[in-house]
Amino acid sequence: MSSIAGSGGVRVQTAASVARRAAWLRRLPLLPAFIYVILVTQIPFLLTIYYSFFSWNLLKPGSFKFTGLDNYARLLTDESIRIAVLNTVVLTVAVIGISVVLGLAVATLLNSEVFGKGLMRTLMIAPFLIMPTAGALIWKDTLLNPLFGLLPYLLTPFGLGRVDWVNQYPMVAVVAVEVWRWTPFMMLIILAGLQSQNPEVLEAARVDGANSFQAFRRITLPLVRPFLELGALLGSLFVVQTFDSIYMLTFGGPGEDTTNIPFLLYLVAFQGFSIGQASAIGVVAVILTTIIATVALRTLFSIFNVEARR
Amino acid sequence: MSIFAVLIALVAGACSGGAGGGTGGGTTTITLAAVDNPSMADLKKLVPDFQATHPNIQVKIVTLPEDVLRQQVTQDVAAGSGRYDLFTIGTYEVPLWAKKGWIENLSPFIAKDPSYAPDDLIPGIRGALSYNSNLFAVPFYGESSMLMYRKDMLAAKGITMPDHPTWDQVAAAAKAVNSRSVNGICLRGLPGWGEQLAPLDTVVNTYGGRWFDPQWNAQLNTPQWHDAVSFYINLLKTAGEPGAGNAGFTECLNAYNSGKVAMWYDATVAASFFTGDAAKNSGYAYAPIKVKDWSGWLWAWSLGMPSSSKKKDAAWTFADWATNKAYIQLVGTKLGWQHVSPGTRTSTYDLPEYKAAAGAFADVTLQSIAHADVTHPTVDPVPYIGVQYVDIDEFQQLGDKVSQEFAKVIAGGQTVDQALAKAQALATDVGKAQH
Repeated sequence: MSSIAGSGGVRVQTAASVARRAAWLRRLPLLPAFIYVILVTQIPFLLTIYYSFFSWNLLKPGSFKFTGLDNYARLLTDESIRIAVLNTVVLTVAVIGISVVLGLAVATLLNSEVFGKGLMRTLMIAPFLIMPTAGALIWKDTLLNPLFGLLPYLLTPFGLGRVDWVNQYPMVAVVAVEVWRWTPFMMLIILAGLQSQNPEVLEAARVDGANSFQAFRRITLPLVRPFLELGALLGSLFVVQTFDSIYMLTFGGPGEDTTNIPFLLYLVAFQGFSIGQASAIGVVAVILTTIIATVALRTLFSIFNVEARR
Repeated sequence: MSIFAVLIALVAGACSGGAGGGTGGGTTTITLAAVDNPSMADLKKLVPDFQATHPNIQVKIVTLPEDVLRQQVTQDVAAGSGRYDLFTIGTYEVPLWAKKGWIENLSPFIAKDPSYAPDDLIPGIRGALSYNSNLFAVPFYGESSMLMYRKDMLAAKGITMPDHPTWDQVAAAAKAVNSRSVNGICLRGLPGWGEQLAPLDTVVNTYGGRWFDPQWNAQLNTPQWHDAVSFYINLLKTAGEPGAGNAGFTECLNAYNSGKVAMWYDATVAASFFTGDAAKNSGYAYAPIKVKDWSGWLWAWSLGMPSSSKKKDAAWTFADWATNKAYIQLVGTKLGWQHVSPGTRTSTYDLPEYKAAAGAFADVTLQSIAHADVTHPTVDPVPYIGVQYVDIDEFQQLGDKVSQEFAKVIAGGQTVDQALAKAQALATDVGKAQH
């Protein structure tokens, strides 16, 4: 359009367009990935936001109408949502807390010179590699079943033989399964931290008269702290979304005792078919997860920065 | 700009790719979404027989578990996407979906085939699958509920079970035979409107309870509900199977088959799966009662045709073949008479081969189905239809939530009154939406 300008202008224009073309050529190989990401993440997300402003129940033809922030307003008043948020927090805090402590213990053990370390490490990672659905089924049917489960059998001498764990202590059961699943993940991350530790420092501490607990407390722990934080944050990101084990183990019950946000979303969307309400819950869940993810990524980058400075 | 062009091209390509196929070369392909049960597995085996006589219709059967099927099919009909030409739906869906125009009226199709004999369909089932006196689905399998008991175990305690027992008699018998090694009775406790709530609802009905009065006021705070739910849960706690909160149809079947429980109140079809001592020594009684007689439930898996199907004639041809008398003969001769789906046609119960195979429970099944009345499930009048469910859209979610509250009572987490108070609040909200 500016080609009618003077010759100098044309040359500038040409140089700019060459640069732009070069830039596009460089981006071209990325385009398929870019389009794919937009197609499968951004469009559904925008649609979800759009639907969250509508009252729409699939079972009621003609119920599709704009209701503004009604769906969000209901989130603040609905008792089920309050319970689901509380359950999500309890589940996440308990699972992450316990699995970080266990993970740290196992990682410390595997970091020391112990017989059969390689085999032990492989066995320890196994729970993380089992499909969550299959894992939950094994827990429910072979470990916790009050009639023929392994755990009630082993606990019989202690008078806990016929305890129906899944129904009587549903949250304990879900936390147990999730801890079993996430401990290996924590262990791997913490082990990476431990192995980056310079053994000479520990040796120096020992020479200075520190016992092993003091050395662990004063030297090892501060060093692996960023790894603990990273593990906890990445873990929370996943545990907040726990669905498989709840679906298989308790189906959110009894009552609403183990219904977390993702499971409530499932119930609203696929039992109640309230697309609008489910979309609003989805949007809020994404916002909450994004907040955790942001903190997680910051921690991750701060570890890289520390590593780079060394 | 160019990005959007590519995007649009991609989306358009994806759409056209999905829509094609199916109607090439003079043959029509119909897709049936089938529930994962033994009757449907038999149907799948016999599809080659259909194809032999109808070479121009290809049948594709997609088998899904009940809850997934319900989700998929509901989304399909609600969005009118026409992915399926036939699906198995229950008595719960048929009147609801017929009212919305989601499924096709099959009476005109039936009228075209003089051999179909719709009057041969068992009356209770025919009524449950009709809307405005027209059949909107054809039954493939039908069931009611009955009491199954081990004659030998009851006889050891000197108990004989009458044909029409009361719940008090059943409870007394259960407590008498209950011991360390054998539990008195298995009753479903697994949450879900199709699991725990099915038998429990029939108990509530016969105690005179109802979900709503004719003005859609929730009735779960009434003494009838309190008494019925307390009775059910007390019976479970004193003489029921351990881990009742996880026991559904399958768990109870395993317990009964392995001789761990002496009685079991469940679907009439259960007796066809008995093995060993359970098959040899079982007696069958009608659904136990309190006030209202004939308290058995009514359920049928049936073939329905979505209005959005573009291959209705081909779909009907298959539905007709799979539900008429000739198909029952085909199953009997080819797969064995114990494979014949119960509870669809009266004439099935006149076949000597079937009578020999179905044995003692055939008559209980037929009579229970014939006497189940979906419009008068309990003592007082109700504004809804359905024996072990309430035929409204919201019931799936309401029933699931209410049964979760009862599961919490079974687990010892709350009292019957607390659960019923919550259930009443949930039902009140649903009732308000019915006006």
